[in-house]
Amino acid sequence: MRGLIEEALRGQAAEYIDVRVEESELTRITYRGRQLDEVARARGAGGCVRALVRGGWGFVSFNDLESLPRAVALAVEEARVAGREESRLAPVAPHVDVVMPTIGKDPRTVSLAEKKALLDGYVDVIWSTPKIATATLAYTDTYRRVVFASNEGAYIEQSRIDVTLSASVQARDGADVQQASLSLGALNDYRFVETLADELKALAEKAVAFLSAPHVRGGEYTVILNPVLAGVFCHEAFGHLSEADHIYENPRLQEIMKLGTRFGERHLNIVDGAALPGLRGSYAYDDEGTPAQQTDLIREGILVGRLHSRETAARMGERPTGNARALDYRFPPIVRMTNTYIEPGQARLEDMLEGIKEGIYAANWYGGTTTMEQFTFSAGEAYMIRDGRIAELLRPVVLSGNLFTTLRNIDMVGNDLAMNQGGGCGKGGQVPLPVSTGGPHIRIRNVLVGGR
Amino acid sequence: MDPEAVLDLARRRADEAEVYVSDSEETPVAFEANRLKLLQTRHIRGMGLRVIKDGRLGFAASTRPGERDALVDMALEVAAFGAEARFHLPPPAAYPAVEAFDPATAAVPLAEMVALGQGLIDGVLAAAPELVCDAGVRRTVQRVRILNSAGTDVSYQRTVFRVGVTGERVRDTDMLWVGDEEVSTRPIRDVSRILQHTLTQLERARENVPMRSGELPVIFTPDGVASALLAPLLVAFSGKIVLQGASPLGESLGAQVYDERLTIVDDPLLPWRPSSRPCDDEGVPSRRNLLVERGVVRTFLYDLQTAGMAGRESTASAQRGFASQPSIGATAVVIEPGEHRFEDLVAGIDEGLVVEHVIGAAQGNVLGGEFGGNVVLGYKVERGRIVGRVKNTVIAGNVHQLFKRLGALGNDARWVGAGLYTPSILFERVSVATSGEGAARG
Repeated sequence: MRGLIEEALRGQAAEYIDVRVEESELTRITYRGRQLDEVARARGAGGCVRALVRGGWGFVSFNDLESLPRAVALAVEEARVAGREESRLAPVAPHVDVVMPTIGKDPRTVSLAEKKALLDGYVDVIWSTPKIATATLAYTDTYRRVVFASNEGAYIEQSRIDVTLSASVQARDGADVQQASLSLGALNDYRFVETLADELKALAEKAVAFLSAPHVRGGEYTVILNPVLAGVFCHEAFGHLSEADHIYENPRLQEIMKLGTRFGERHLNIVDGAALPGLRGSYAYDDEGTPAQQTDLIREGILVGRLHSRETAARMGERPTGNARALDYRFPPIVRMTNTYIEPGQARLEDMLEGIKEGIYAANWYGGTTTMEQFTFSAGEAYMIRDGRIAELLRPVVLSGNLFTTLRNIDMVGNDLAMNQGGGCGKGGQVPLPVSTGGPHIRIRNVLVGGR
Repeated sequence: MDPEAVLDLARRRADEAEVYVSDSEETPVAFEANRLKLLQTRHIRGMGLRVIKDGRLGFAASTRPGERDALVDMALEVAAFGAEARFHLPPPAAYPAVEAFDPATAAVPLAEMVALGQGLIDGVLAAAPELVCDAGVRRTVQRVRILNSAGTDVSYQRTVFRVGVTGERVRDTDMLWVGDEEVSTRPIRDVSRILQHTLTQLERARENVPMRSGELPVIFTPDGVASALLAPLLVAFSGKIVLQGASPLGESLGAQVYDERLTIVDDPLLPWRPSSRPCDDEGVPSRRNLLVERGVVRTFLYDLQTAGMAGRESTASAQRGFASQPSIGATAVVIEPGEHRFEDLVAGIDEGLVVEHVIGAAQGNVLGGEFGGNVVLGYKVERGRIVGRVKNTVIAGNVHQLFKRLGALGNDARWVGAGLYTPSILFERVSVATSGEGAARG
């Protein structure tokens, strides 16, 4: 393989060329209602070439490895057509490495019969709850081995196994339909899938409980986010603004995201990094061969960093952070998050609750949208806080507001930390890219809360 | 991978087998922030194998050349656990002739595609230098071949050419997005309509005006119909949703449910349209499906499996890529236009709204026909004239209720993307809600 790639790269008239070649194996099992909807297996192979000439990129993807020399020539030709200025690429030492993953329980060693029997049991668990109208359950495991090589001399081989399980349950009472869902995942380990019966039972019961839960009275509240919701909030509302590919061409965002700007109180620290081992967003090298790092985005309330590819780093005069990621061989790498989280602080949950006469405890993630500084998120689950205690369950609530005001209104940061591994991030049509998000409990004042 | 060899091996080991091969070469040219950014060629070839063994469905897919045995092994392994098959694979049939492949599209040079995108951006910037534009020009050549153990071996080619532009205007915290795109099977060489449409949006959105909440007359432009109304309407025609008892139209076949001016067809036979094809993705010959005829519900859409479960016949509505099993989908939905000029629709409104683009429309109970969301591009109408852009405004309603009584159908029908041809549609009463910030200055 190495000889083949080196041969294809030799003598090409481009300032920079890289090649990725990958193999994959996938198993997918889905249920709709009580019925098995689909069992599928797939094997993939493919590759791609990226070339840079005078600031313009060419990119070619293919399935047949024999197409490599032709693909290289075509990518260079495309880059020549696109190139109109000076190429800028921050230097990264070319690494030669083979990264072997630490595997817990390999899903490929578990038979399809065993997986299906386990999931059949979970479907029974969900349906043993009365008033369930419908449910979906989806399991996937994906093995992927990627070779990265560049004409600078990098040659890196990495492999990983992503295991995911998501479930969504709808309960119905007459015309009233309520939904609860969860999304879980792990890197290189099947084990979490084996012990979900209690969690799925609780999920089904939650959907049913929503039917008799009251709506929130809309208005401004002090809100405590649980670690899952704090993490997704941090990824969706703040993290995407840290991706330098948006920033370097957008003067308005450059102004907002000026390093040194205060975003929150001294207790607010936000980090992204693939170097943290064993999480869904973890890897040793990104898809440009840059070693994984930990990047401080907010340190003691001040914006101190952002996420880069080699190109965005060069254009903004900063250092690459190892965040150039591609979903697979069909796509060029773009700047993405990895494991993004709010660092834990000092506060215990009891301290956070204390003194709240009427507030909201919001947990888990349902969905949401952001347009730069405005965000609207649906929490998967919410409770009233009354006189310092978590009180009655509410119907799912929507939280909205201005991101910057909201970050400044975080007045307490919990001393716990949990990472949510079920994330699949979407950007530029590349979805679902494995990421993790997390944080401690956080308390935010004056959040606008509405019913869904 | 030789499809015949895979089919041969699979039919010997299973009761029925089907090989689906897709080969697509896509060449997108991308401009970002007014500059040419990236040229790409994506050549993806893959094969999906479906088998029926002892009455159960198995499926496997591969993009690895030369792996016949592994593919058949996987499909059979899966079939041992698969869903019960409620159909047989179709024998060969007479397929309608459909024009969807233009060699001229496949031959458009890269330089011409770059020039088209540049022309669009230059055109927008000449009229509105403060905009930041993205543009895309893309050609695709796709080949599909379906072979099965009943003797079917059908294949077709098609070309798709897509040109579009979006412009973003930021004034302090006020953001505006405008844009348009055209899709054809033939080369698009004239971008003047895309440009004009984009600049018209910009002109109409020149200043922000306050809106009030209430039940108001609303015109959905063709883009507005696509972004707000199409999905909740179409899902009710899916045979699968009908079978699950979740479609509000489930009991309405043959009934006058909608306004008698409403006629909707799903047509995969239109010449030179990117969604046209001689057969669906299971090899069933394509046919025109009349969904609504003068307000009467005529057909639901089925693939083979769902048709088998419902005791119906397939309407040739199976859609898939090589990596997945078929699901039900429409091809090209045509809503028959009326006689009113758009300007006349606007002229007849004393106070109302024109909806061009909605986001978040799919977050409600889509199966029940509910639509709703934030009007990210829409204009206030006052005394028969468009007076400016509305902000912080949401609309909501139920499509099945709404289409019971149309205000009027425009004569301005156009293609929106590849899949919808529709005029502007006026409804007399739609729920519009706006927050105080809607009165923001322009």
